[in-house]
Amino acid sequence: MSTATTAAPGRPHRGAPARPARRRGRRAVGLTAAALVVLLLLAVACSIAVGAREVAVLDVLRAELGVELVVDPDERYIVLSMRVPRSLTALAVGAALGVAGALVQALTRNPLADTGILGVDAGAAFSVTLGIALTGVVGISGYAWFAFAGALLTTVAVHLIGATGRSGPDPLRLVLAGLALGAVLSGITGMVTLADPDTFDAMRSWTVGTLENRGTAHLLPMLPYLGLGGLLALACAGSLNALALGDEVAIAHGVPVRAVRVAVIAAITLLAGSAVAICGPIGFVGLMVPHVIRWCVGPDQVRLLPLSALGGAVLLLAADVLGRVLVAPAEMPAGVVTAFVGAPVLIVLVRARRRLSGL
Amino acid sequence: MTDLDRRPAVLSAHRDRFLHLALGPVRLRLERRALRLSAVLLLTGAVVSLLALMLGDYRLSGQQVFAALAGRGDEITTVIVRDWRLPRALAALVFGAALAVSGAVFQSLTRNPLASPDIIGFSTGSYTGALLVLLVLGGGYLQVAAGAITGGIATALVIYVLAHRRGMQGFRLIIVGIAVSSMLGALNSYLLLVARREIALGAAIWGAGSLASVDTTMLRWGTLAIGLLLALVATVAPALRELELGDDVALAHGVVRRRVWAVAVVAGVALTAVVTAACGPIAFVSLVAPQIVRRLAGQGDAPLVPTALLGAVLLGAADLVGQHALPQPVPVGLVTVVVGGCYLLHLILRERRRRRP
Repeated sequence: MSTATTAAPGRPHRGAPARPARRRGRRAVGLTAAALVVLLLLAVACSIAVGAREVAVLDVLRAELGVELVVDPDERYIVLSMRVPRSLTALAVGAALGVAGALVQALTRNPLADTGILGVDAGAAFSVTLGIALTGVVGISGYAWFAFAGALLTTVAVHLIGATGRSGPDPLRLVLAGLALGAVLSGITGMVTLADPDTFDAMRSWTVGTLENRGTAHLLPMLPYLGLGGLLALACAGSLNALALGDEVAIAHGVPVRAVRVAVIAAITLLAGSAVAICGPIGFVGLMVPHVIRWCVGPDQVRLLPLSALGGAVLLLAADVLGRVLVAPAEMPAGVVTAFVGAPVLIVLVRARRRLSGL
Repeated sequence: MTDLDRRPAVLSAHRDRFLHLALGPVRLRLERRALRLSAVLLLTGAVVSLLALMLGDYRLSGQQVFAALAGRGDEITTVIVRDWRLPRALAALVFGAALAVSGAVFQSLTRNPLASPDIIGFSTGSYTGALLVLLVLGGGYLQVAAGAITGGIATALVIYVLAHRRGMQGFRLIIVGIAVSSMLGALNSYLLLVARREIALGAAIWGAGSLASVDTTMLRWGTLAIGLLLALVATVAPALRELELGDDVALAHGVVRRRVWAVAVVAGVALTAVVTAACGPIAFVSLVAPQIVRRLAGQGDAPLVPTALLGAVLLGAADLVGQHALPQPVPVGLVTVVVGGCYLLHLILRERRRRRP
């Protein structure tokens, strides 16, 4: 009873809109999914077509598909070995970030949560730095395990500090815990990198969150983990719906609460850790996407998670393309672009906090 | 049940406070507590500074340091102590005091112990302003300081406008501050990426918050500005305290809310900005110092003098740690981030425990 009364003022409609949403549902879901797929195709097309150098993309692709055409080998290289892999990487990482954001928001029952805001990305980066400095590990598959360890520890720590407790979840406390933890970890990261020039060099291209020079070499080793994380997330979706109504209700519905939490934390670890290992920390994708999707199709996790994956992919691809267009021929890292789009969204969210219901 | 337990304690605390205020001698005792705290802090500050002057690649004894300060030492020691180590030690004290007072001003203005300039992001804004001046215009300390102050005040204005909606609410202020500062942080890292390498390298070290580049000109101008600003804060401090009791009380006492607010905001932002211009954003001193003083002084609001002294001690000690306690010297900002972040975590954890039934 006490949890019900304490949780009520923050989110008066929690759980309640589930049914109307489902009734309004099918069409909204279909429309949203269709729109996202169209946007995704558009974004991929832009991502392959746009770049520092004008390339006859269509000719290259046609030649690959068997049409007899003479193509410049340089152009072929640019399209097939740089732009297509980069786009695929952005797609995968964006999807991972979107799902991870939705999962964190569900796990902490906190609408302002995001792996960047809660310090999970900083934790992964910290752990990779330590790995580089202490063990001299090189290459993405070596980084990955350190990234996972860091992401896991930070997720658990933030969850323990901010989200639990019988007084009910408090968004501000959680955000501050993430901020403090992220600050401490990035401070130590800074100390390690400044003390050791080799580590500094290895980390430099990796702290901003960018897709520059990322491709299959980065994506392929991480693909199994991304897939596993995605599957875990989907498997938990139904149970998360019950969990949103409170632990007691979930237990009454026969949901193994603890097991679901563990699985969700594992999924967040895999998704966010892989994303950080590939691109470095990219913030705000996981914050924005689930909100937009929830606004379209309601709070049902079974719909929310797959659509968040699509939305995240669209957003990161768009951010990457934008970063290439804005300051061409140079590049603005995707992490900078998402911060510029995402921070205003966060501001809008706090200003309209009353509409933040229905998680 | 818990309410019944707590209420008498609260009431008696109120009565205590009332008694203190009503009777002259008792009130004096309270002030004596702040005085004692100040004395202890002064002593600690002196020890920290002495250590800062003694330690280094060329280690000196206390006597050598005193001799050099008095002008009776040999040439090398005098140069080392007076020209190399003294500016840095003094800068740590002065800048630490400025940061701490700035934090106290904002915590008192917003009536929120977490709303300090480093969390709400004014220091990131100052850094952006300074970076822009450095990268686009190029300039010495004064130009950079002007850029930092402009950036800080502009950021403060933007955050205030965005967070204000039918009154100011601590939660909204902090989240808006975090959002704006992460945006500016991204901008800063981008500016560093596009800048020419030699400028970027200097700016990046500076961005971690370092006292290494402080020279005598900076120290002189910085001290002058900080002294003036501290005096300004001291003039509005009583009015601020009344405002903290609530707008109605303040109004009844004839405090002009808007003017006090404006003076305090400008002085608070400028204090942070002057420091940022000289040594980059140094986080968490503003947050931590007033909180600790509040606890040590046992008062609802942080008295300014001990706060300033504690800030000086904290920054001085952090610089000592950063320079000598670690295998490799690191910028002081990294030390304060780690220590201050841990303190913030501790605060959050304690808050949570207290709320538990």
